[in-house]
Amino acid sequence: MELQTIWFFIWGLLWAVFFMTDGFDLGIGTLYPFLGTDETRKRVMINAMMINAMGPLWDGNQVWLITAGGVTFAAFPLVYAVMFSSLYTALLLILFGLIIRGVSFEFRGKLDDPRWTKIWDACIFLGSFLPALLFGVAFANIFQGIPIDEKGIFQGTVLTLFNPYGLLGGILFVLLFVHHGAIWLAIKSGGGLHESAVRAATRIWPVLLVAAVVFLVHTWFATNLYDNYLGNPILFIVVLLTVAGLLGSRVFMAKGAHFKAWFASALTIVGATFFGVIGLYPNLFPSSLDPKWSLTAYNASSSPLTLKIMLAVVAVFVPVVLAYQIWAYTVFRTKVNEQELTY
Amino acid sequence: MDALLLSRLQFAATTMFHFLFVPLTLGLSILVAWMETRYVRTGDETYLKMTKFWGKLFLINFAVGVVTGITLEFQFGTNWSVYSAYVGDIFGSILAIEATAAFFLESTFIGIWIFGWKKLSKKAHAAVAWLVAIGSNLSAVWILIANAWMQSPVGFVLRDGRAELTDFLAVVTQKFAIVKFIHTATAAYVLAAFFVMGISAYHLLRKRHVDFFTRSFRIALPFGLAASLLVFILGDLNGVVVAEKQPTKLAAMESLWVTQRRAPVYLFAWPDEANGRNAIEIGAIPGALSLLTKHDIDAEIKGLRDFPPDERPPVLLTSFAFKGMVGLGCVFILLTVIGMFKRNKLLESPLYLKAMLYAIPLPYLAVQLGWLLTEVGRQPWIVYGLIRTSEAVSPVSATQVALSLAGFVLVYTLLGVAGFSLIAKYARKGPEIDDGTGDVRPRTAVRPAAA
Repeated sequence: MELQTIWFFIWGLLWAVFFMTDGFDLGIGTLYPFLGTDETRKRVMINAMMINAMGPLWDGNQVWLITAGGVTFAAFPLVYAVMFSSLYTALLLILFGLIIRGVSFEFRGKLDDPRWTKIWDACIFLGSFLPALLFGVAFANIFQGIPIDEKGIFQGTVLTLFNPYGLLGGILFVLLFVHHGAIWLAIKSGGGLHESAVRAATRIWPVLLVAAVVFLVHTWFATNLYDNYLGNPILFIVVLLTVAGLLGSRVFMAKGAHFKAWFASALTIVGATFFGVIGLYPNLFPSSLDPKWSLTAYNASSSPLTLKIMLAVVAVFVPVVLAYQIWAYTVFRTKVNEQELTY
Repeated sequence: MDALLLSRLQFAATTMFHFLFVPLTLGLSILVAWMETRYVRTGDETYLKMTKFWGKLFLINFAVGVVTGITLEFQFGTNWSVYSAYVGDIFGSILAIEATAAFFLESTFIGIWIFGWKKLSKKAHAAVAWLVAIGSNLSAVWILIANAWMQSPVGFVLRDGRAELTDFLAVVTQKFAIVKFIHTATAAYVLAAFFVMGISAYHLLRKRHVDFFTRSFRIALPFGLAASLLVFILGDLNGVVVAEKQPTKLAAMESLWVTQRRAPVYLFAWPDEANGRNAIEIGAIPGALSLLTKHDIDAEIKGLRDFPPDERPPVLLTSFAFKGMVGLGCVFILLTVIGMFKRNKLLESPLYLKAMLYAIPLPYLAVQLGWLLTEVGRQPWIVYGLIRTSEAVSPVSATQVALSLAGFVLVYTLLGVAGFSLIAKYARKGPEIDDGTGDVRPRTAVRPAAA
């Protein structure tokens, strides 16, 4: 396989791992104001439990985003340049979201003032919901093409991105992450919160299923993603795996096998990302104005030397990172103890 | 204002804000890991309390540092797309290595450290603290290698309208990068040491938790002294590589206009950039500049007049940032040397303690001046001698950048106020121990609760 092709799929894989890991954090953050009881005292406890459910892991999860961004810069500098300047406002809104989410965990419990806590609670919700939505909007728009001219200059406004297909992508991402987060919360909590989380996952599932089907159908009309699949039908296996993951997560939830349900949901998210990535190939950032102006793995890549060095770096460090992150997950696999909350 | 100026303001604001928090992370992570190691080795509970108290301040600071770092990773693409496409082959790969080889380490293990007190053995938990410290400092290594390449581009060819990597080792091991890393890291250690000594001094002045804060002070003091000396020596070496690689920055730092042998250092000079001379020059030390930068008192140093005006950096800002930084560097050595003499009688030295308390902001000022010197002194280039800042900006509208800049100013101001007030609050409160000397009032609401 050519270097550029290998890098194209590493690029896709890093985004998929980011969505799979930080996806549940963003999902829990989106669920944050809506789970459990309204009674204030209990609300405080429930929110603290939710933070502690993702607390040890979210920071490490978020680095997959930094790595996906860094690898885009390293392997496909032109894509990094054009993508991030074209999606300027959307990307900065994502960053603002992640900034306020990140500090909220640390700040929220540091003053005994309900108003203070409320501010950061709102930040946790906004800082989770907004990135989840905008990542979906951005990727759906990339799937259908972005109005860039031959110089890679964006011929649109931020509102260009909020077309029906883009919004559908945003809603799909939010639902995927909320579902994923609810399952993680079910794993990590006991008592009333556990029941609420299970209920949330079960109730969201049919909505997610409908959104996924509508998205797959709309993709047929709005994008060229299926061309690669029709040219090579064996690839439909990715779609099948994604659907199997989605169905599996429901079945496992019903059986109370929450870890298995979470893995099935993770498969769905990785599968959904690869559904788009494979459909895009070899485009990384297609132009909707003229296919000639699309940025591809071939016309936007780094030099062979850089691609080789980076391949060595990734081949050494990504397995090491995975190893210690998996260790972190096993250390914190048990339910959050209400008596031993850190935040 | 155009997108270029706004983007420059935004980059300056977000980077300088980020660097209000990074140095404390770099230095305090080491001190906290050391305190925890002492606890594991000796079993002395005071070291555990120290780990927890300084660790709490560390974490508040860490949170703001991490989230503001994300912005920087993406800002090259959003605001400097021409630059990114031009140098991504080299610069982008260094940033990607930083994320994979260092940032993961720091971010994964910080979560384990915060939540893992009861899940890990004492030894494993202390090891995790060291992994956080190593991860943070490795991050700095890679970021400074990337920045050094902007100052002194090496190991590349210009091909197909961009810079392409030809020699990875040259990029990673160039002297500029090594000197820059050690200079920046030791500056960060000075800041962390002064932070710990200053807060300790605050409590010692009030005779609270005397044992706890005397020990904290004495842990930070040698660390601070060594760092103050090293940062100065490395600063001198930095001057030598700047003289070799960035002659315009050197001339601007020293407001040297005329090319000359036995070039002087002025104790004070007020540059008059329009007329290409100094309006005021006081205390010239003949030959000092030649001696310091070329190790030869007769060496010729090129003055600014021999560079085209459009290749000169802003002289006033560059030279004042430089002189301010060096002056502060001397203060840090002085204060830590005095500290070595006072270390066994801190309580009897209220004047010194007071000085150390008020010295807390000084290293913050020094590191900001250092970055101003580095980045303003590199102008008008974004990569020295290769591509100008004015050519590097994204084709985005000024309105978009104005809005994002306004957003950053607003959000960062609130974050800064919240972050520093929390640090101040918990620093004043002191450790949660009852040794009869501390203020151990029950925790009460800061303000009356209102729904």
